[in-house]
Amino acid sequence: MEQKVFRNYDPNLHTQEKAVEYTRALNAAKLEKIFARPFVGAMDGHIDAISCMAKNPNHLKSVFSGSMDGAVLNFLWKKNRKTVCQFPGHQGAVRGLTSSTNGEVLISCGTDCTFLLQLILLLFVFQPLAVYTWKHAFWGVDHQWDTSIFATAGAQVDIWDHNRSEPISTFQWGNDSVISVRFNPGEPNLLATSSSDRGIILYDLRTSSPFKKVIMQTKTNSICWNPMEPINFTVANEDCNCYTFDARKLDEAKVVHRDHVSAVMDVDYSPTGREFVTGSYDRTVRIFNHNGDHSREIYHTKRMQRVFSVRYSCDASYVISGSDDTNLRIWKSKASEQLGVILPREKKKHEYNDALKARFKHLPEIRRIVKHRHLPKPVYKAAIMRRTVTEADNRKEERRQAHSAPGSSSRKPFRKRRIIKEES
Amino acid sequence: MDVLNLESVKEFQVRERVRDVVFLQNDQLYAVAQKKYTYVYNRHGTEIHCLKENRQPLKLEFLEKHFLLVGTNNFSQLHYQDISTGQVVANYRTGLGPTSVMCSNPYNSVISLGHSGGKLTMWKPTSGKPLITMLCHQGPITALAYHPSGNLVATAGLDKKIKIWDLRKFEAIHSIQGHAQTLDFSQKGLLALANGSRVQVWRDKGGQDFGLYMTHGIAKGYQIGTAKFRPYEDVLGLGHSMGFSSILIPGSGEPNFDSWVANPYETSKQRSKKEVHALLDKLPPESIMLDPSSIGMVRERQRKEKPTKKDIEQQLETAVQEAKSNVVIKKKTKGRNKPSKIAKRKEEEVFNAKRPFLEKQRDPEGAPQEKKRKVLLEVAEDLPKSLQRFVKKKSV
Repeated sequence: MEQKVFRNYDPNLHTQEKAVEYTRALNAAKLEKIFARPFVGAMDGHIDAISCMAKNPNHLKSVFSGSMDGAVLNFLWKKNRKTVCQFPGHQGAVRGLTSSTNGEVLISCGTDCTFLLQLILLLFVFQPLAVYTWKHAFWGVDHQWDTSIFATAGAQVDIWDHNRSEPISTFQWGNDSVISVRFNPGEPNLLATSSSDRGIILYDLRTSSPFKKVIMQTKTNSICWNPMEPINFTVANEDCNCYTFDARKLDEAKVVHRDHVSAVMDVDYSPTGREFVTGSYDRTVRIFNHNGDHSREIYHTKRMQRVFSVRYSCDASYVISGSDDTNLRIWKSKASEQLGVILPREKKKHEYNDALKARFKHLPEIRRIVKHRHLPKPVYKAAIMRRTVTEADNRKEERRQAHSAPGSSSRKPFRKRRIIKEES
Repeated sequence: MDVLNLESVKEFQVRERVRDVVFLQNDQLYAVAQKKYTYVYNRHGTEIHCLKENRQPLKLEFLEKHFLLVGTNNFSQLHYQDISTGQVVANYRTGLGPTSVMCSNPYNSVISLGHSGGKLTMWKPTSGKPLITMLCHQGPITALAYHPSGNLVATAGLDKKIKIWDLRKFEAIHSIQGHAQTLDFSQKGLLALANGSRVQVWRDKGGQDFGLYMTHGIAKGYQIGTAKFRPYEDVLGLGHSMGFSSILIPGSGEPNFDSWVANPYETSKQRSKKEVHALLDKLPPESIMLDPSSIGMVRERQRKEKPTKKDIEQQLETAVQEAKSNVVIKKKTKGRNKPSKIAKRKEEEVFNAKRPFLEKQRDPEGAPQEKKRKVLLEVAEDLPKSLQRFVKKKSV
C-alpha cells in the first residue's frame, strides 16, 4: 500500500541540513566514481584498422564502419554486437563514409593501392547501387542535408549527385589535397573542408567559388559543425588541440580545447550540441564541453590502439570509437549513467545527487573526487612533459617581454597564436 | 512502555542502580547508564552490548545524526562514543567536577554541561577545551534545556533562579524566581519546569517575553524527577516518586509531522531502510561546531588591523599619565629628599614609559639606510623590469 507523504519544512525539524547535505554530496561523488563504468562493449569483425564511421539515421543502435582493407560493415550493438551485413566493392582502403539524411543511401569512398579511385553508392539491398570511378583518390565524403547532393574530398572538392556519374561542380583553392569535408547542418549550401596545406576552407555551393580560408600552423584532420549552433564548428588539429571557430570570424578561435597529448584524429558533435567527442593518436577518447577548454571525460583501455574515428550516437547516450586494433568500441557518454529503464524514484534520486554535487562542487574534497581520472602511464607522462614545455615557453616569453622596450612586442593570445593567416 | 495505550512493552530487572536511559537511532535499541557500565538493550530487553569504556556513567545523550553516544561519568569526564563502529571518538576531562546535568543543542549538536560551580560549558568532540564557558548561577546548576531552535537555553540553579539565555548574545533574557528539579522545552517552545509536586509551564508571549501559561500540581508528597514533552503531541510526561503520569498542555507539540523525519505510520521495512540511510548519511564528528552553517563557506581573510596614528598617540598619553601617577616617592631622611631628585625620577619614569612607543615610531622608516633604500625602490619602479635589479644592487 502506498503511504501518503506528509512534509513539514520547518528548519527546526531538519537541523544541520548543510552538514547533512555535504555528507550526502560527498557520498554521491564517491558513488559516481564507483559507478563510472563507461565501456559497454567492443565489436570485432574488421580485419584491418578502422578508418571511418557513419551513423545510421534510421537506426539508433547501428553504425557503419569502413576499414583500411576496403571492407564496409554495418554493426548493430543491440543484441550480440555482431556484423549485420557487409558491403563489398572496395579494393583499397575506405577513407570516407556517409549516409543520406533519409538513411537509404550509404556512400563510401576510398583509395586503392594503385591510386585508382572508386565511389560506391549502396542501397540497403546490400549491393552497390552505383560505382563511380574518378581520376583521384578520395579522402572524405559528406552528404548534404535533405537532398541527393554529396561532396567528396580528394585532390579537389567535388560535388556529386546520386543520379549523375560526373561531379556537378568542382572547387579548388591551391594545389594541396583536401582531407575532410563537412556540410553545415543549418545552411545546407555551406561546406567546410580541411586540406593538407594546413588550411581550413569554407565553400558556398551557390557562389561556385570558395570564399574563406584560414591557414593554421598544423594540419587539421577533421571538422565537425555544431548541430545546434550551426555558425560554429570544431576542428581536430594535428597539434593535439581542438579549436572551435565562429565561421564568420576565422582570425581567432572561440575556444581552444586542450588535453590530448597527441594528434587529434577525429571529432564529432553530440546531437544536443553541448559537447563533442574526440579521438586521438594517443589512444584515448575524450569528451569536451562545447565551450570547455579542458575535457570532461577521458576513455581508454589497454587494448585500444590509435583512434582514427569517433562518433556520437544519435540519442547522445553513446560514443563509438574505431581504432587501429580493428575494433569498434561503444562507450557511455556519461560514464556513471544508469542504463535501462529508470524508475521515477531512481530518477529523482539521481537528480538530487546531481544537485548536491553541483552545490558543493567547489569544495576541495568533493572537487578532488569528481575531477580525478586515471590516466594511462604514457599519457600521464606525456601530459607532464607538455606542461613543462608550455611553462618553459611562457617563462621565456615573459622574460622576452621584460627585456624588450615597452610596447615593442605584444604577445598574441593562444586562441590566435596557432593561426597564421586568413584569406578570402 | 507504549505510550499510545500506556502498556509496558517490556519490564526487566537489571539489579543495579539505573542512572539514565536514552533511545538510540530508533525505538529498537536503548542505552542504559547503570552502576558500572553503559549497557545497550533491545526492545525485548536482551543485552546487546556492554560499553565498558565509560565507567560509572551518570548521564547519557544520543546525537542521532552523528551516531554518537555522549556520557558524563563520576570522574568528571565527557565521553563520546560512536555506536555504529564502537570507536571512542573523544574522552575529555571537564575539570569542573562530576555532573549529571547535560543537554545537547538540537541546532548544532554541541553538548552543554551544567556544573556545580554554576558554570555552563559547551563541548564538541574535536576540542579538549570547552567552546564556551558561561557563569550562569551563583550555585550549582540543577537542570538545563534547549529550545528547539537552539538559540535559547534555560538553566535552573540552586540559587533559587531559573534563567533563560539567548545564545546569540550570551545574555539572560529572562529570570524566574524559584527552584526547578527539571526543565524541558517543547517543540513549540513551551518551557516546563517542575519542582517537588508542582509543574509550571511558561510560554513565549512574543518577542522572547516569557510568561506563565499553566500550572499543575500532582498529589502532595510526590516528588517529580523529570518532566518531558512528547514530540508531536500536546502531552507532558512526568516521572515522579510514585511512577509516571502525563498531563495535557495544549499547543505544546508540533502538529504537522514530516514523514522523512519521524513517521508514525512507519512499517518495519521502512524503519530498517531508514536506519541504513541514516548510517550512510552519518555526519563526521568534525561537523559539530557552534555555527553549523559555516560548513562549505570560504574562510574570511584574516587581516590585522593596524593602529592609527591617533590611537598610538592616545596610548602614549595614557602610558605617560600612568607612569606619572605611579611614581612612588619614598619619605627619606632630611636632606635626601631633594626636589630636584624627585623631578629627575619622575622624568625618568615618563621617559621609560615613552620609550617603547618612540622606538616603534622610529623603526619602520626610522633608520636612514632603510629610508634610502625605499627611495631607490621607488625609483626602480619607474624603470623597465629588466633594469630593476641593478638599482637594487647599488643600494646594497
